[in-house]
Parts: sequence; structure tokens; C-alpha cells
Amino acid sequence: MGILVHELAHARAGDKGNTSNISVIAYNDTAWNLLRRNLTSDRVMRAFAHLGADAIRRYEVESLRALNFVISNVLAGGVTRSLRLDPHGKALSALMLGIELPDSD
Amino acid sequence: MNSQDKRLRVGVGAGMADDRIGPALQLLQQCELDYLVCECLAERTIARETLSRKTGASKGFNPMLEERMRSFLPLLREKGVKLVSNMGAANPLGAAQAALEIGRALAWQDLKCAAVVGDDVAERVRRHPELPLMDRQRPLEDILPRLASANAYLGADVVRDALATGAHVVMTGRVADPSLFLGVALHHHGWSYDDLPRLAAGTVMGHLLECSAQITGGYFADPGKKDVPRLADLPYPFADIHHDGRLFIGKPDGSGGRLDRMTCSEQSLYEIHDPQAYITPDCVLSLDGLNFEELTPDRVAVRGFSAAARTDTYKVVVGYFDGWIGSGEVAYAGINAVARAQLAAETVKERFRMDGGEASEIQVDLIGMSSLHGNFPDTMSSVPYEVRLRVAARCPDRKSANLLGDHVRQLNMQGPYGAGGPVNLGAREVIAVDAVLIPRDWVRPEIITVGA
Repeated sequence: MGILVHELAHARAGDKGNTSNISVIAYNDTAWNLLRRNLTSDRVMRAFAHLGADAIRRYEVESLRALNFVISNVLAGGVTRSLRLDPHGKALSALMLGIELPDSD
Repeated sequence: MNSQDKRLRVGVGAGMADDRIGPALQLLQQCELDYLVCECLAERTIARETLSRKTGASKGFNPMLEERMRSFLPLLREKGVKLVSNMGAANPLGAAQAALEIGRALAWQDLKCAAVVGDDVAERVRRHPELPLMDRQRPLEDILPRLASANAYLGADVVRDALATGAHVVMTGRVADPSLFLGVALHHHGWSYDDLPRLAAGTVMGHLLECSAQITGGYFADPGKKDVPRLADLPYPFADIHHDGRLFIGKPDGSGGRLDRMTCSEQSLYEIHDPQAYITPDCVLSLDGLNFEELTPDRVAVRGFSAAARTDTYKVVVGYFDGWIGSGEVAYAGINAVARAQLAAETVKERFRMDGGEASEIQVDLIGMSSLHGNFPDTMSSVPYEVRLRVAARCPDRKSANLLGDHVRQLNMQGPYGAGGPVNLGAREVIAVDAVLIPRDWVRPEIITVGA
């Protein structure tokens, strides 16, 4: 059995144009080590590809125990053009927190 | 304590165009502010205001300006607090004049207001169709015939200069959100516009405060996991920024919401891409090493930021017409609800085409199943008791956009059985936004004062 990102971290989504950035902030050092190792760009891409995501940049901010994922083309054209119910993608942080990780290496 | 050590206290009066007024009044009344900053301008707001000003439907500035000014001005005067805001939108001078008139009606005879103008660069960029669009990665030429507005994100220097006129109220158009706050600190502390550690401090202050309650417990609660005390009573934040660049974020003593490492960390990365290179008109900010220390339940110390020199360009938001969007909704419940919603969607699409409706894209959402996170196995694995169907289409004209919603509306009599609450949500004209970079010397901001 794996562990949900929701157990390890909190998250916030923001938008610029057709790009969403989602921060994932660990609750503690153990969670941070697990996230850092296992919440890879590939795993995130698998969770967001069906929404149109075509590239992911992943940044680490050690002092905040935070990862920042910058996901391109995931907002159906961005807030001004999108046909979606949630054009900003504010709800996408919850999709990130629903990703299941292996709980060890 | 010499005068150089005195803290500057900057409160937030709004973090979006239609933000609540009450928490701003709470800060003015309780927190001994020196300045109140209202950030009210989303990316596309100027394009909309430019249009509605042309058609005479609005004055081109923030629709809540008058309500805010009537509420704020008596307290600003009584407490000696100055106000800076981008509520000017597409008409900063009109906004300054409106603020002045309200002040005079409230018997503030020596009120002085300043407008920052010159962010509108539409005529200038029209002459440069070769500029690359940052989002679409196509030349500006593609959208020039449909251009609605082009406004440069001005920096903190214009806010500093506007305050230097002695104005009590400063109204701007497009100024980068953090720059509204940094400009206050530049003026108050007399910092050099090239002092990178202090530009970093003022920019972090602005970045953390610009979304009002998003740092004091808004956009945060997850019951049982991340609880927020007295969410209904969420306060706005303020910052104390010292001459040497020391920075603290606070909220009113004993107020609702929460302000701590977790809320600050979430907001610090909000709408940031590379945390080591957040580009503003004033500097390139790095959050590498950023940390927050909880001093009291209402106060946090912010440390660990730096900046590199600003770039030689301004970012310009361009707004352009991009067709129409029409939409409608209807709900189904009980046995076979999802199948009825899906049949309804197919029926709407077919009738829309039979009636000559034109759409380049049609979006079908099952609210309760797949409208927010899309179709993936988890969302489709359990059958909800009820579901609301939403159909939206991108159309070339208003007629088609309206037609789509009409067909959803008509499902009550002409679709599957049991159509609950069918509505045509109407047609709206789309103003899309993109951005270009231009040389700094294309922009000539000016300060105009009125009153006193």
C-alpha cells in the first residue's frame, strides 16, 4: 500500500496564462524526504496528462520543505479563454494531493 | 530609536476587484497603519474596463471605487493613513478625480490625489507586429486586428514618485502587484531604487500581501486536516518593514483566521514559477532560503530572500477579442441519472448543429463527476446519486453562443425525463490575454495631481 500526498503535505494552485503552478509543502522532515524522493515530475505528469499538460518543471525550496510544480498547457487556454468550470485551475491542488506514492524506496 | 529605525506599517485594503471592505476598515481602525494598499486589477480587467469605457457602460475604473472611498476616506483622514491602489484600471485620472470629489463631499477640503498614467502602450505596440507573444508563441501580428488593450506593468518607482507629490491618495492603472507595496517603502524610507537587498524586502512584502486574506487563512481550510479558526471573520494582513529591510507580517491582535508558517509558505509560492527568479519590474527576486518564524499567533518574521538587478524590459499584457462562450446547465437524479445526462448532452450538440450553430469547441461536464479534474478512472469509478450537466461552447458570434444555452434550457420538455433546473447561462464575449516584452524606453509614465 502506498501513501497519499495529502497525508504528507498541503498544496496551493496558482495560474498564469495557460500554466498552473502547484506548490506542495511537507508537514515535517520525514514527509519532506519522502516527497522529495518520490513525487517526481513523471508521477505528476501521469496525474495531469489527461488535462492537456505537456511539460512540467519541478523546483525545490528546501527552507520551506516545498516542491513547486509548473505545469504547462493544463488550463485549457487559461482563465480568459477556458471553457472549463474552473478556469483558474484552483481545484487542481486537490488532484495533486490525491496522488499515491510508494511509502518507501 | 532614531527615525531611520522607525517601522513602516502597510496594510492591505483589497486583494481583488470585488474584495470585502470590512477587514480593511478593521485594519484602519485597530492597527495604526501608515499606508493602505488596495490591489484590484486582474490580468484581463483593464481590457474589460477599456471596452466598457468606450461604450459608456462604465467610467473605466474599479466599479467599487466609490463605495471604497466613501468607507475609507474618513478613516484615512482621521488616522493620517495614505492610500495606494491600482483601482484606476483603464482610467487612473478619472479614478483620482472621483476620489477627490468624494473627499470634498465628506468635507476633506485639502485632499490631494495623484494619478499614475502612461501604462497604456497600445498605440506603441501596434507599430511592432513582430513582437513575440509569450503564451501563444506567435507574433503579435496574429491578434493585432482584435487588440483591445495593451498595458505595461509599471514598477515601484512610479508609486514612489506619486507619493512624493504629497498626495493622500494614489490611483494607478497597471502597476505590478508587488510594486504597489515596494513603492510605498521606497518613498517612506528613501531607499535607492538600486538597493537590491531592500528591493527584495519590499517585493517579498508585496508578494505576500497582494492577495489579501490568502495569507491569513483564506484559500487554505481543509476541515480536520488544516482548520482555520473563525473563517467567516477572516482579517486582512499588514506588514511592518523597517528601514534596514527587516520584515514582519501581522494581523489584528486576537483576530480570526490564522497566520503562520503554513499559510505564509503557501502564499510565498503562489503564482511563482522559478522560486529563484521571480521577475518583477523592479528586480529579479529569489526565495531560495526563505523562512518564516512564528512570533505570536498574529505575527510572523520573514527572512531569507534576495534580489538581482531588474531586466531591461517591461512586460505588457495585451487583451484581445477571442469570440464568444455560451453555456447552459441541467441536473438529473436517481436511477440512471448519468446516462440521462449523457443523452441530454448528445441531444444538445446535435440540435445545436441542426439549427446552424457554429462552435470550434464544445465542452461537456458532469458536475459531481468530472467537471474539475476531468475524466480519469477515479472520477468515473463510482456512480453519483445525482449529477448536473454543463455544456459550454466556443463560438464565433453571440448568436451561436446563445443558441447553445437555449438548447440546454429546452431540455426540460424536449430531453430525457426528469431535467432539474435547466438554465441558459448566456453568452459572454471573450477577451483573452497574452503578453509581450518591450524596451523600457517605450514607456513614459507621468504623475498628474488633482486637488489641494
